[in-house]
Formats: sequence, structure tokens, C-alpha cells
Amino acid sequence: MGPYSLSGHPTLPCNVLKFKSTTIMLDCGLDMTSTLNFLPLPLVQSPRLSNLPGWALKDGNTFLDKELKECSGHVFVDSVPEFCLPETELIDLSTVDVILISNYHCMMALPYITEHTGFTGTVYATEPTVQIGRLLMEELVNFIERVPKAQSASLWKNKEVQRLLPAPLKDAVEVSTWRRCYTMQEVNSALSKIQLVGYSQKIELFGAVQVTPLSSGYALGSSNWIIQSHYEKVSYVSGSSLLTTHPQPMDQTSLKNSDVLILTGLTQIPTANPDGMVGEFCSNLALTVRNGGNVLIPCYPSGVIYDLLECLYQYIDSAGLSNVPFYFISPVANSSLEFAQIFAEWLCHNKQTKVYLPEPPFPHAELIQTNKLKHYPSIHGDFSNEFKQPCVVFTGHPSLRFGDVVHFMELWGKSSLNTVIFTEPDFSYLDALAPYQPLAMKCIYCPIDTRLNFIQVSKLLKEVQMRKLRPERRRDSHKVAQVPLHVVCPEQYTQPPPAQAHRMDLVIDCQPPAMSYRRAEVLALPFKRRYEKIEIMPELADSLVPLEIKPGISLATVSAVLHTKDNKHVLQSPPRPIQPPASKKRKRVSDDIPDCKLLKPLLSGSIPVDQFVQTLEKHGFSDVKVEDTAKGHIVLLQEAETLIQIEEDSTHIICDNDEMLRVRLRDLVLKFLQKF
Amino acid sequence: MDIECSRLLPSVCAVLVDPKQFVADDTCLEKLLDWFKTVTEAESSLLVLQENPCLTELLFHVVKLQDVNSNILSFTLRLAGIFAAHENSFQYLQQGEVLLSLFSEAGPLSRPAWEDPSVRSGWIQGVGSMVQHERAVQFLCDCGAIDVIFSLQGDPSLFVASTASQLLVHILGFTMHSRRAVPLTTQDCDWPVCARMIVGHIEESLRSGTVPQITQALNVLTTLFGRCHESWTEVLWMRMNPFVGSLLEKEPLLAAHSLVDLFLSMARPQTLRTKAFNILLQPLACVLQAASQPTGSPGLLDESLNDSVITDILLSSKSSCAGLLCQTLAHLEELQPMSHLLIDWPHVPLLSAVMTILRFCSGLATPASSVGDRLCGILIGCFRVQRSALDFLGTLSQGPSPSELIRGVVEILLVYLKSPDSSPTVLKKAFQATLKWLLSLSKTSTSSDLCPQTQHFLRDLFPILQKRLCSPCWEVRDSALEFLTQLTKHWGGRAGFRQALLSSEVPELAEDLLRDPESYVRASAVTAMGQLSSRGLCSNPIGTGSKNDEKKSLFLELLEILSTDSEGFPRRAVIQVFTEWLREGHTDVSKDKEQFVTKVLQVVSCDLDWEVRVQGLELALVFLVQTLGQHETECPYAVEMSSVTQSTQLTESLQMLCHMKLFDFIFSALCDCDRPVARKSCDILLYLKAKLAHHGSLQGSGEACTESLGTQNTAWLETTLRKWKARDQGQPSEVADRGDCQEPDDVLEVLRSVDLEGLRGTLAKSSDHIEKSPQSLLQDMLATVGILEENEADCY
Repeated sequence: MGPYSLSGHPTLPCNVLKFKSTTIMLDCGLDMTSTLNFLPLPLVQSPRLSNLPGWALKDGNTFLDKELKECSGHVFVDSVPEFCLPETELIDLSTVDVILISNYHCMMALPYITEHTGFTGTVYATEPTVQIGRLLMEELVNFIERVPKAQSASLWKNKEVQRLLPAPLKDAVEVSTWRRCYTMQEVNSALSKIQLVGYSQKIELFGAVQVTPLSSGYALGSSNWIIQSHYEKVSYVSGSSLLTTHPQPMDQTSLKNSDVLILTGLTQIPTANPDGMVGEFCSNLALTVRNGGNVLIPCYPSGVIYDLLECLYQYIDSAGLSNVPFYFISPVANSSLEFAQIFAEWLCHNKQTKVYLPEPPFPHAELIQTNKLKHYPSIHGDFSNEFKQPCVVFTGHPSLRFGDVVHFMELWGKSSLNTVIFTEPDFSYLDALAPYQPLAMKCIYCPIDTRLNFIQVSKLLKEVQMRKLRPERRRDSHKVAQVPLHVVCPEQYTQPPPAQAHRMDLVIDCQPPAMSYRRAEVLALPFKRRYEKIEIMPELADSLVPLEIKPGISLATVSAVLHTKDNKHVLQSPPRPIQPPASKKRKRVSDDIPDCKLLKPLLSGSIPVDQFVQTLEKHGFSDVKVEDTAKGHIVLLQEAETLIQIEEDSTHIICDNDEMLRVRLRDLVLKFLQKF
Repeated sequence: MDIECSRLLPSVCAVLVDPKQFVADDTCLEKLLDWFKTVTEAESSLLVLQENPCLTELLFHVVKLQDVNSNILSFTLRLAGIFAAHENSFQYLQQGEVLLSLFSEAGPLSRPAWEDPSVRSGWIQGVGSMVQHERAVQFLCDCGAIDVIFSLQGDPSLFVASTASQLLVHILGFTMHSRRAVPLTTQDCDWPVCARMIVGHIEESLRSGTVPQITQALNVLTTLFGRCHESWTEVLWMRMNPFVGSLLEKEPLLAAHSLVDLFLSMARPQTLRTKAFNILLQPLACVLQAASQPTGSPGLLDESLNDSVITDILLSSKSSCAGLLCQTLAHLEELQPMSHLLIDWPHVPLLSAVMTILRFCSGLATPASSVGDRLCGILIGCFRVQRSALDFLGTLSQGPSPSELIRGVVEILLVYLKSPDSSPTVLKKAFQATLKWLLSLSKTSTSSDLCPQTQHFLRDLFPILQKRLCSPCWEVRDSALEFLTQLTKHWGGRAGFRQALLSSEVPELAEDLLRDPESYVRASAVTAMGQLSSRGLCSNPIGTGSKNDEKKSLFLELLEILSTDSEGFPRRAVIQVFTEWLREGHTDVSKDKEQFVTKVLQVVSCDLDWEVRVQGLELALVFLVQTLGQHETECPYAVEMSSVTQSTQLTESLQMLCHMKLFDFIFSALCDCDRPVARKSCDILLYLKAKLAHHGSLQGSGEACTESLGTQNTAWLETTLRKWKARDQGQPSEVADRGDCQEPDDVLEVLRSVDLEGLRGTLAKSSDHIEKSPQSLLQDMLATVGILEENEADCY
């Protein structure tokens, strides 16, 4: 049943779930933190970077000095940056039937999976996810391809060599599987395998499973997924937010009555409250610009940047920043800003209503119109002509290893008037800055992660569990039972962050305790399949003769043929006995048709022990003795050396070779039971 | 009672007892009672009853009515109480047994109307009013009313129950007060009957073991000891001591909060006080233990802490934990000013405890036990507790703290001021606490300048203040400005502070906030800039005439806010700053006071906000006082100037004031439709009149004037002002431009003619004083009923 965890990154998950004979991949995240081990790719020749000294082993051996460079005590690989792919050995990925994507950040490994593993299935995602995901991929490919690098380092990956390297290179996992970035062609091919879906749309997979995307409130088109059969419901919650930002709010109610909840993509900075961080962002930006400094914001081309621009739109006048230019530089800047305005149906209510006025849902349109915000595909071309300082620049990539941001880091790093503000939480800002040291520029860390924090998770789990009271499936009882909700999550969520070991509030707190998984691990989902839905054909149903055995409960025996196709089960009338052709093959007929006549009547009811003993006595058994057992009673007929064991669902008569006695006793027992 | 009211009263009484008539507005009844109270206090109540027999009839009639409206019944009970408060009226009413039928057990108690809480409340209030003389107390004891009051203590209506408790306190206090000559012992026989009944009841309740009864008894005692400090209460406490003491020994503690309240209301034997105080300290000791801080030496609680009840409450849920801590901190904050009364006020451990709480709330504390882990999870980010703890931390600045703890306080305050997660309200409290600590630090410092520790604090503080002044959240900008204003007010003269401030960007940032989109922030920025400028800490001189400067002067900037800001708050702040500048003799203002005042009043006179205009008048008054001198003081040693010199000076001053058009402003303010403006103007003119009368300038120069001496009203003034205006318009333009449109003589004429004293009396009355008269009330009541009748007729 799975899940198989192919990624160790809790916010960039890639899990495979085997559910009712379907194999479902949940997200396809790409861990880009591996690129932090590489030197930045400068857009303009950087003497500083090209003159970094090569790294030598302690014994003075310099065979790695072409591949590894040293900068302020850190060692970097001088090569095209590489990414750490999801695990491909754990499971044969060509058997994956579908891939469900929850948001555009969680699909960045898609081309590696769809193009290189023999995958032949379908990918499901919402339209904004696909469109913005394409922009992110396009930007990534562009950033890397426009700075061709001749060298591709591989010596350092040798296990024996890697052992000798300083941390963090020494501890990097599975470096042999790290891959270079995909091409645009692969991106296009991968995206062509995606089928677009809308929120709450029910998608049947092979008749066995139904999957439904729900709004998760985190980003444009971001979704959680419900994966259910008739009797089991698995919720996949990935990258959700309860804050009021631009996307449609999170749909929590549809998660109710889940048996299993796979929880990934919580906030990466649980100790930072996004509101406080936005405040910090604004004040630091204002203080820098007032003093004539420039502000650099390394960011993705979509997501939090929309909210930041909206916040600045309200803020710049009060802070007297109206004359400061804001630049957004990305190969996809224009498309990103425009896409945001056209996906109205995926936006929060406030923004949706603006469309009817009609007004652009995001105020960045006005910033562009009034020339306060200008966007450019790169630093080359128009930008270099219009560039004015002091200014505020939004540009990628947040890892600071490629993209236009590298140029600004080199340009502004030497002055303490300038500030770099980190808002994206995906990369450690200290690691990101390492190859730029020593740095005079001010660094402010205001990670804005709107995804769920642990307090919100515990509220969400309560909410999901609260109305889980549902009638037990036994018709004879009107009791309700609470079916436990099993939470499955990455191991990182079950212990406090290493730096704050005392913060026991920073873990998932639920009952039963959450089950955790780690990279390359298989976890058995904690539910047993108990029921299967079977349809009865109308004519067969007509032929049933129910017998009421208790008020409101009727039983009937049924003889039928079970027909199973496409995971649907149907009971059909048995074929009529074929009139025996006057042939010699008559013997074979009984093999094909079940012999209904052999059926014994079914019994029901319970045996009242006292009355049974009275009846025995009436029939001449004088020495009857009753013992209570854990499961029922034992009636002893001492003289006859016979034992009648009465339990809830069985009755045994144990007597030595006295068939007459056994039959007599059996008939007495049967008197108390109903037959049908 | 005036004749007109006496004439109307019978009809009103008839309306009240008529079940068909319905007094819809019960506030009429309240007003009527208020009026009777005034009447009975002003004249003989017996005479009122005798001259208006309809009143006694009303009481009789209501008692007899079967289905009387509960409002009317309640009214009647209270009315009877008001009259019975006077001994002769009491006797008069007793003769007819009205009181017995109203207040004894045979009265409304047995009627269905008693179910209505308003009737029970009326009954209690009636009894309460009555208890002003011995006879009434005797009557209440005899007719069984005291027992009724006991039972009403547990009334389902909280208002009734609480009034019943207070009534018991009142009766006990009255009874004992009137016996004060007799020395008292704890022996029952020494106490008057009524007091014996009440005290016996309290003792019984304390012994009862049931929480509601104990709580009732404790509430009575709390109120009593809070209100009354006569010597007999000491004897009473000696009687109560064993009962209360045994309550404290019970496990679990019953009615704990009421006990705490009782101890807070009194300062009684040390042991009990210590116990009560320990109850307050327990949650904090628990917190300290959870963070494995030593409970201090001497400890917060000397005995080792094993009160599982407190720990259970703390850990049961977030809301109960926050609730208990907030309550504890609030109580302790109330106690702090009395800490000198408590021998063992544990200042240092309390300070450690509140700092530990703040560390838990910000995730800084390291838990030392499972209790700590849980507390940590509960308290992190809990704004309520953060606010209470910061409040208390601020209060604890008043007290001797060892320097290593002060370092800790400074650290934790900086954490809260710096943290992006501090909510605006938490931040505001953090600023307030910081201010208190800073000021207390400077108090302990012996030198005239700030101590090195404070200097260090300031160095860390200003970058934070800078950032907070740039916050996108207006509440934060606002509290940062308020903090800056306060700090400048106290430390504006200290070199260390000035240096730290001027080397930061704070003054420029504050100035930018004068243009903030949020009006509250603009107002705070105005106040802050006003303060900075007063202390010479503003980069921008306010020079009133610096129109040619590249940068607008602060004065012009504020004047622009005063004339153009669409919101009232910033404008009010500006005029206050201007008044302050003038009052304290701001150097830049003093250069040309006249021009300053003229310009400001010119703008203020057009302001639509009356508060701005009142404040403008205040500015005018300050200027007048500075020009003409204080109210005359009879200083025997003052050098007497010759009256001629004085009179010449006065004439010159008047000339100048006229030139400044100051009187234009004051006179039109006298005709202002907003009463506070007119009152203020009237006060100024009276001051002026006194000032001038002294020098004989008001004696009148011509015969014509004497006719209208002190008889004119504002209508006359308005006409006169219009006349002057017309006259001015007729003048050649250069004369009008000179602003000499008013002559001192004109001003003197107004001062002579207008009945300022009369005007002050009228203006002092609220605008609805006519509508409030009893006559109008009675007429209204009749009119309402009359209208109802008409409607009825319409229906048919």
C-alpha cells in the first residue's frame, strides 16, 4: 500500500502510493539545495569568482583544484550546478499510473520522471499550477543555459574522494545521482503529459479510485488531493495555508472523514510569523532606501512576490518611497505578472470581485502603469539604460547560484549602504551567501512562508476529526464510532528542529501519534481494507426472499455469479441450468453450475441457557451442569460424558461416538434457532 | 415644590395608579424619583406629603391593586423609601400602616409580581433609602425584612443579590455607627439586635461549607472592610478571624477568589495576609520552577511547591493558563504600590518570575521539566500573557533591583521591541515598560547625565525605534512616536540622550510621519515634533518667517496641517503644540510672538472642530496673560507702578491686541454655537474685564455707555460685530489693511455692555436644562398618556 518516499525534503515531496491496484505518485518536488555546493554562475565575467584558489587536500595533493574552489573557508564545486533528484531505485517508476501535483513548486522534477523512467501515465494538475510551473521551469532552464560552462566536475563525486572533502560536501547525499538541469524540450514534453483539472472535479482512476483536487490556499491553483475508494479515504495535504493572501482559501471541510492524512509541505520557518516578517521586510527596505542604498530581494518569479508588491503598493506612500524605482527582473517577469491577473477564478473572494468592476485583481497593475514597478527579462538590454539608483530589485534565483541576482550580489555586495533581504524560505541564507563572503552589504532574513504552522495543523486535525463520528456499519446498532485518523508525515515534523530542541510545540501533536517516513523508505499505511462495494443486478435482487430475523433486519441467501471487471464487482443471476442435451457429457454439467440443492439452511438467533437446560431436563437429562466461560457457556451432561459448548457464533456438541445422542441434542439446540 | 408642579402632581398620580394607563417610558419614573429625592432633601418631606395628599393615596392605592404593573410597584416601593428616610414622614406613613403593607412579609412578597426582579430590586432600594434612623431599623427587624434581605443575597438576579449584600453592609454600618459611644466586645450581648442578626448570619454562612453562602458572606465582609474603618470593625474582625482562618485551612480551598478579594480589601493580621499573598504567588513560583530558576533568595515561596491544583490549572489548557497568569499578574500589579506595607514583598523573585514568563512567551526559556515543556508550548506567542507580563514588568521598575537583573530586564525588553512577531498591542506595552525602566534607571543614577548602562541601552534602542517608525502597521508607528515624545519630555535636556538621538535618523523619520496617511499617526508625529523642537532636537528650526528656505520650516508645516488636514486629531495636536510652545517660551516663537499668535488664530478661527477652537482660545489666553500679567495678586511687597504708567501700558497692549485681531476671534467665539467654546471665551473676557476694571479703564468714557452697562446678550454682540464689519468695509482699504478696524474703545464697550457673569451662568447649564425641569417631566408624562388616549380613540 505504500507510501514510498522518494524525497527527503518535507516541502518538496515525492511519494508513491499504491492504493487499490493503482500506483499514484504524489508530487514531484526537486531538491535544489544541492546547488548551494556549487559556485555561482556570473552573468558578467567576475574576476573575483574566476580567481578563487583551487582547493587542496590536507596532504597538499591538488588533483581536485580544477573542480573545487575555496572562498572564505568554504569549498565549492566549480561546475554547472546539479540537482538532487527523487529516489529512482526504490520502485520501478514506469509502473506509476498517475502523478498528482499539488502546487507549482512541487513539480520541478517532473521532466526527470516523465522523460527518463519509462513513465507512460497521466499527470493531473490545475491550470495555474501548470502555467506558473512552466514559468518556473523556463526561468530555471534559461538561467542555467545562458551561462554555458565548459566544465562538468565529476572527480569529487567518487565515494573515496568525497570522504576526504570538508563539510557540507562530505555529507551530501547520493551525489552520484545528481543531475544537470533539463532542457526546454524535455520541459515541453513533460508538460504535454499533464491533464488539467479543476477544484472538486472527480477523476476516476480505473474504476477503483477517485481522486479530487481541493483548494489548499497556498498559491495560485495549489491543491490538496482526496484519494478515495468506496470505503477508504486518503487525504494528501501538501503546501496549504490558512492565511488570507491572494489564492482561494483552503477547503478544509472536504478533508473530513479521512482514514489517513498524508501531511507534507508545512512552513519551513515555524518560528516566524509571516505578518511580522512582512513588517520587517518593509521597514528594512525603507531604511535602506532612505539612506541612499539599494535593496535586493532574491525571489521566485511567482508566489510571495505578488503579496509583497501588494504590500509595498500600500506602504510606499506612507514611507515616502514614491520616487524609488522597483525593478522585477526575470525571463518570465512579464508573463508572471500578467498570469496573476487572468486566473481570477483561482483567487480569493476579494480579488475575484474586483474582476467584475472591472479592475485588475492585483494592484501591481497600477504600479506598472504609474511606472513605479518596471519589469525586464534580464539585466541586459533596456534595463541597463533605464537603471536608476537607489532602487529595489526583485530577481532570481533565491539560491544565489544562478540568475540575474548573481550580478547584483557582485555589484552591490561591497557597500554597506545596500541590503539583501531574503524572503524565500527554501534556502539557508547563510549558505546562499557563502560564496560572496566577505560581504559588506547588510543581510536581512525575513523568510515569508505562509504554509501551515504547527498550531494551525493541530487546529486542522481537530477540525478534520471533529465530525468524524459516523454510524458504525452494523445496521443493528445506532451507535456511532470515532474512526481514528492516521497522520503520516515526514520525520522532520515529529521532532523539534535541531536548533530548538526544547520547542516541543514545533512538532505534530496528534492521537494516534503520527507515522513518519524518510527518504527512500516504505511505510505501510495503517488501515485494513475491510469492505468492498458489490452491485446486485435488479433481476437477481427481485428473486431474493428476505426473512426478518429481528425488527428491521432481514436476511436472504443469494446464489449468484460474481463478475469483476475494471475494479467493479457485480452479482449476476447464475446462468439457468441448461437443459441437458441428450448427450453423454451430462456429468460435466454439475461442475459448471453451483448445486443449489446442497445448501443447508442458515441458522440465526441465540440459545437462552436456562431454557435450554430446562428443555434438556424435560428430555430426561438429569445431571445437567452449566459452566460459564469467557466466550459463553459449557453445558455438561455428566452421565453421558457429553459437552455442549455454546458460544456467540458457534455451538459444539462433543460426545464420544454416540451419534444418536448427538442428533438428539442437535435437534434440541435447533429448536431455539431460526432457520432460513 | 413649586405651585405648578403641585398642580400637575394629582393627575400624574392618577395616571400611575390607573391600570389602563401605561407609562411606556420607565426612565420617566426614574427621573420622577430623582426629583422627589431632591425635593425631600430641600424642604420638609412631611410638608410635601401633607400638602400633596395624592402621594399617600398613591402608596395606599398601589398596595391594594391586585394586578399592578411591576414597574409601578417597584417605583412605589422606592418612593415610599425616599419619604420614610425622614423620621417624621416615616411616622406619618407608619400611622396609616402603609410601610407595613409595603415592606413586611405580608406585602408584595406574597404577590406574583415579586417574581419580577425589578420589584425585588425596588423593595431593596426602598429599604436601603429608609435606613437613615433608628426607628426604621427597628421596624425592619420587627417586620421580618432582615430575613428577606438574607434570602435575597442568593437571588437569581445578580443586581438584586449584589444590592442585597450592600444593603446588609449599610444596615450593619448604620446600626454600629449609632452605637459607637458604647464600648464593644466580641460578646454577642454587647451588639445591637439588628447587628447581632446580621453578624450571626455571616458566621453561619462562613461555617456552612457551601460555596455560594461562603461567597456571599465574604462579599459582605469585603465590602464592609473596604468602606468602613471605624473601631468596631476591628472587633468584628476578631469575631470573624477564626471562621475565615478555618476556611483557609480547607483543602481544596473554597471561594478562593472571594478570599483573595477580602484580603486585598483590608490590611489585617500578618499570617492571613501572607497566606493570601502566597496564593497569588503560587502560579509564578510554578513558572519559575518549570524553568528551573531558583525561586530566589528569599524565595518567592519558601515551602517547596507541590500544589498540584495550581499546576493542573496552568497546564489544563491554553486559555486557563493564560487566564490564571493574567489574573495573578493583574492582582500583583494592583498590590505593588502598597508593597511598602508588605514586609516581605518579594521584589526580586517577582521580577525573575515575570522575566521568565516573558522568556517562555517568546520561546527563549529553556524548560527544565515536563511542566516546563507544556508551559513552553502553551505560552509561546500568547499575546494576552505578554501584555499582562509587560505591564507588571513596567510596574516593577519601582523598586530596588540588583544590576544583573536589570541587565536581564533590558535584554528581554529589547527582545520584545525587536521581535517582528510582537503584535502592535504587545509592542505598545513593551514601549511603556521600557519607558518606565529607563526613567527609573535615570532616577538611581547620581550624576546629572545618564549612567553607562542606560547609554548602552539607548544605543541598542534607537535602531529599533527607527525600524518601528517605518513599520507598515500604523499602530506600531503610533506607539513608537508616543514613546519618543515621552522620552524626549523627560530626557530632552540630558546630553547622553541628545547625542544618541541626534546621531540616529529618528528625528527625520518622525518628521516624515507628519505626512503619514493615518491621522492618528500624524497627530502623534505632530506632538513628537513639537516636543523635539521645544528641546532643540529638531534639525529644522521653526522660524516663523522662513518662507524662502528650501525646506519648509516646522512651524509652516504644522500650520499647514492645522489649516488643511481633513482629520481633527492632527489639527488638535498642532494647536496643543503651539500653545505649549507659547507657554514655555520656545525660543523661535518668542522672537515674534504677536505674529505667531496672529497667524495661528487666523487659521483656528475657521476650524470646524470645536476642540480646536477651544484650544485656540487657550492659546489666546496664554498670550493675554503673558501680555497683561497674571490675575492680580495682592503682593504687599510688589513695586507699585504709578497708575498713569500702568494705564499707558494697558492702552498700548490693548492697541496691540486689537491690531492682532485677537478680539475678533474671542468675540465671535462668545457667539459660538458650541457651548464649550462660548464658555471658554466668556472666561477669557471675564479675566480681561477684571484686569481692566482694576485699572479703571472700564469706568466708561461717555454717558451713553452707562445705559447698557452689563445688560446685553450675545445677540446684541452679534449685531455689534456686524456693525463694525460694515464700518470697516466702508474704510479706505489701507486703514482696513492696517487691521485697526477695532479700537480699544470698541472692546471696552463690549466688555462693559455684555452681561458676562449672566452669560457664564447660562453657559454653565447644560443645553437641556429646560427639558430637565420637573415641571417639564410631569407635563411630558401627562402628554404621553394623552397621546395614547387619542390613538385609542382613532382605533374606534
